[in-house]
Amino acid sequence: MVNQLVAENLKHRPVRTLLSIVAIGIEVVLILTLVGLSRGMIDEAQRRARGVGADIWVRPPGTSVLSLSGASMPEKMIAYFASQPHVVVATGSIVQSAGTGLDNVQGIQIEHFEKMSGGFRYLEGGPFAGSEDLIVDERYASQNKLKVGSRWKVINREWRVGGIVEPGKLTRLFLPMNLVQDLTGNTGKISQIFIKLDDSKNTAEVVAAFKANPQLAGYGIFSIDEYTSLWSIDNLPAIKPFIFIVIFIAVTVGFIVVFLSMYTAVLERTREIGVLKSLGAQPGYILGILLREAGVLGLLGAVLGVIFSFGTRMLVARFAGAMLVQHIVPDWWPYTTALAVGGAMLGTLYPAWKAVRQDTLEALSYD
Amino acid sequence: MTNGGPIIRVQALRKVFRVGDVDVEALRGVDLSVNKGDFVAIVGPSGSGKSTLFHILGGLTAPTSGSVSIDGTDLATLSENGRTRVRGSKVGFVFQKYNLLPTLSARDNIAIALDIAGKATEPDASFQDVLRFLGIEHRLDHKPRAMSGGEQQRVAIARAIVNQPAILLADEPTGNLDTASSDAVLALLRDLNQRMGQTILMITHNPEAAAYANRTVKMRDGRIVS
Repeated sequence: MVNQLVAENLKHRPVRTLLSIVAIGIEVVLILTLVGLSRGMIDEAQRRARGVGADIWVRPPGTSVLSLSGASMPEKMIAYFASQPHVVVATGSIVQSAGTGLDNVQGIQIEHFEKMSGGFRYLEGGPFAGSEDLIVDERYASQNKLKVGSRWKVINREWRVGGIVEPGKLTRLFLPMNLVQDLTGNTGKISQIFIKLDDSKNTAEVVAAFKANPQLAGYGIFSIDEYTSLWSIDNLPAIKPFIFIVIFIAVTVGFIVVFLSMYTAVLERTREIGVLKSLGAQPGYILGILLREAGVLGLLGAVLGVIFSFGTRMLVARFAGAMLVQHIVPDWWPYTTALAVGGAMLGTLYPAWKAVRQDTLEALSYD
Repeated sequence: MTNGGPIIRVQALRKVFRVGDVDVEALRGVDLSVNKGDFVAIVGPSGSGKSTLFHILGGLTAPTSGSVSIDGTDLATLSENGRTRVRGSKVGFVFQKYNLLPTLSARDNIAIALDIAGKATEPDASFQDVLRFLGIEHRLDHKPRAMSGGEQQRVAIARAIVNQPAILLADEPTGNLDTASSDAVLALLRDLNQRMGQTILMITHNPEAAAYANRTVKMRDGRIVS
């Protein structure tokens, strides 16, 4: 019966109910989008790192795995690593911001890179054919409507799209290493080195040998497993507090919306609450009605938020930079549902307390 | 129809309201005894205290002093929650403004009284006869806004008696109705009293309405005068 009353009450004011649900949905989608973006970008970065095909990844001293650009390692170190035992291929790249959003371009030695990674799979065009050529991956191309032959500006210079490749290797935009070095004033310098071994089983031994070399002191020398594991929320210094702040803001917004909605509902239903009390309804009964209403609002809002998150993923894929990837995060649905329902119930406590405390006689004479 | 001993005993009942800095004595020592199965009309002019007596008898407010026993339970000694419990089990209300829940159908308005009393929300078979008797069995799926005032008041009566309360309190039950509907509702209350032995206390300032009762109590200035 109470469920029937709750349903009818919610249907009685459809606009208010809908607005409350949408507001809670926005609360939920904020959280799901943020978490989905964090996870999507990390997963994507890990996937692309593995796509390089390297067993060992070397970073210059004092740099973070997450730094987007900078070149502080001498290029000649590639030859040094290539000459070490068990090393089959060593190559490097120089990372540079593409100049738009979060996108970065990497200058590569394409022959070595293809040998290490198993080669690009060209969907259109082919390798660099001239000093103007740019290779992009399919996602970047479709997002920016690029075809082979399109002109595209990167690092303040216009390039010709020479090849469109399947995504999943290192990054989304590629230029010849020497061109990026020269354009950015980093001739002879690189950002990182990738090393492929004769057998992955030798990785630990080779990494240990490199680390034991005093000339490599301070360099970040990682097995690929270690390197990809560094791409986690825990290693993104500002992300965790940022997520918590957004969750706090989102829950607060949901709380306030439900508070206002239920406060208005309780005021509007003063006489009805008086009627229920005149029929013998105890405080718990009235509290139960209002909390269930809030629970339903929270639950429907959570469902809407989950649906919205598919929409934000679509928007991110369509309009955000190619480096931004949003994942759908079903494991977070229970948390966001709990937050939405909990926040809604919390927002109902004061209005409910007010309803329960109402004098029955005054409530019955309320117009 | 009177068929039992006192179901309502009121002794030396006083109620004082504080209005601003002034104490207003609404009831000044009321004594009243109502037998089971009585149909009592309480009449009196505005300010005579009849509504206050109604509210105290229904456990909606506590008396300042005196005792009020409903079916053996002294309301004067009960807390707010205790009085609420008594309302749910021993008292049925019929209000001037019907006071149906607007979002629920007539059927659900009746069912919620059962639910609050902790009973199954489907009235027992014998209550179907009552619904037929009240003439609302074909209107049960309608919401109050789709019903006339007379129909709403009959639903309110059904809701008030569905838990078989010891007393039915009716506060100006015909105050919002036209003459024909008023007569119908009053005739129903009388029939309820005569056929089912329902004890009824009705507040009215309409002598014609009071004539349906088998006993009339007159109040003036917070006292029962006859």
